[in-house]
Amino acid sequence: MNNYKKILPIPQGESEFYWNKASEGELWIQKCNQCSESYFYPRDISPCCFSRDTEWVISSGRGVVYAFSIIHRSPNQGFQDEAPFIIAIVELYEGPRMATNIVGIEDPTPEKIRIGMEVVVTFDKITEELSLPKFQLVKN
Amino acid sequence: MSNKIAIVGVGESDEIGKVPGKSSLQHHAEAAYNALEDAGISIDQVDGLLTAGYSSMVVAEYLGITPTFTDGTNVGGSSFIIHIAHAMAAIRAGYCNVVLVTHGQAGRSARTRAVADAAEPGSQFEAPYGIINAPAAYSLAASRYMHIYGEDRTRDAMAEIAVSTRKWAQLNPKAYMRDPMTKDDYHNSRWVAWPFHLLDCCIVTDAGGAYVITSADVAKDLKKQPVWVLGATESHDHAIISQMPDLTSPISKDTGARAFGMAGVVHSDIDLAMIYDSFTYTVLVTLEALGFCKPGEGPEFVANQRTAPGGDFAMNTSGGGLSYTHSGMYGMFLVLEAVRQLRGETGERQLASPEIALINGTGGYLSSAGTAILGLE
Repeated sequence: MNNYKKILPIPQGESEFYWNKASEGELWIQKCNQCSESYFYPRDISPCCFSRDTEWVISSGRGVVYAFSIIHRSPNQGFQDEAPFIIAIVELYEGPRMATNIVGIEDPTPEKIRIGMEVVVTFDKITEELSLPKFQLVKN
Repeated sequence: MSNKIAIVGVGESDEIGKVPGKSSLQHHAEAAYNALEDAGISIDQVDGLLTAGYSSMVVAEYLGITPTFTDGTNVGGSSFIIHIAHAMAAIRAGYCNVVLVTHGQAGRSARTRAVADAAEPGSQFEAPYGIINAPAAYSLAASRYMHIYGEDRTRDAMAEIAVSTRKWAQLNPKAYMRDPMTKDDYHNSRWVAWPFHLLDCCIVTDAGGAYVITSADVAKDLKKQPVWVLGATESHDHAIISQMPDLTSPISKDTGARAFGMAGVVHSDIDLAMIYDSFTYTVLVTLEALGFCKPGEGPEFVANQRTAPGGDFAMNTSGGGLSYTHSGMYGMFLVLEAVRQLRGETGERQLASPEIALINGTGGYLSSAGTAILGLE
């Protein structure tokens, strides 16, 4: 942890549940009970209906690559030390999209990943209290 | 009395590019001085002050202005286009009559950057993955465009834009990057964030810019030809890139349509398009959003150096953020070039009697847009 030079999230009131569940190896998202739509990022008032009637639901942790980029230059030294690495937007099967990293691909090049590929969540444990949900390609 | 609004003065800071030792505030002040001089208006007449990314109180204090209208709307680099709309509204409502809009950013030499609020969604849900700057966010969007419309033709289009923009910069003495660029140079430049090469990305400079905008009453007696605001619109539809509704359809689609409607002009009336080029991709997708071509047709629209000097679609004639200057919030400089082209003041790169110019600013992570249409009538 002391050697961790990248940026860490600071959980807030509305997101504490999300980060707590992530530290337990589970990906939870929220659902609007007015329209049944799932959404991300965590917030107490839904973005679809501006409704307070929301609930937490566990995600399948599965989805597809919606967009990706391979970072070669980062202004943050911690990230630069790991370049090249893949940033992505993943579309979960439940519908919401979230930013993440695609991990498990050695020396990433655009030939090794495509938009639409299936991915599954994996948790990068940073400390006892904090894990970052990341994704890896589903091996068929 | 006409309720028309005109831009009557423009200016950059004294030196732009790499200017060690000058603060962002000094760039604001020099640009303000130069724009007021260009307009032939005394600082005492200024009663409205607008800026972005910097406190309007600090700028006003330096300049000695006690405004009756102050606005620090900051939605990224598009803000200075949106300020045209705000100034127009404020002048028409009687809050002020002579408005100064300033920008200054020592983007290259001052390495201090505002630290993001750690509680914001971007800090929690994007930054921990390394999505911490514009190349990261915009490259995600570009990858989606390539997936939908084809990688090779998108790549060709990005090369066309990089090269054509550099050709314009070679005609602008104030441009930071004036060396010749070939498509091979583009393709061989290093990766920053695939799909972006270095030459897909705007440069980083120190620069300030300002313009003066006022009512027809004031404008008619000034030394230079007024450049009239025919339409000015604004919007934003997300903040962080993972929340963007459609990565290939920025909100310029809405601001553009409204600006054309307000101005009462059509696409074929536009003699000059100043399109915020934070990245080559930004231009490609913005041309489509503004309706100059259909979604996915941008690559054909910019093909064969159509947007270069001598081409039949004049775009980013200053050399743009890609090659002329990009201090961080570049939108201001779109306005300066459009006004100067309409006035016929741009020397070697001057277009033949342009009458109507469209300006489109993009801010944040393709998040905000401001569109303005300016004309001589």
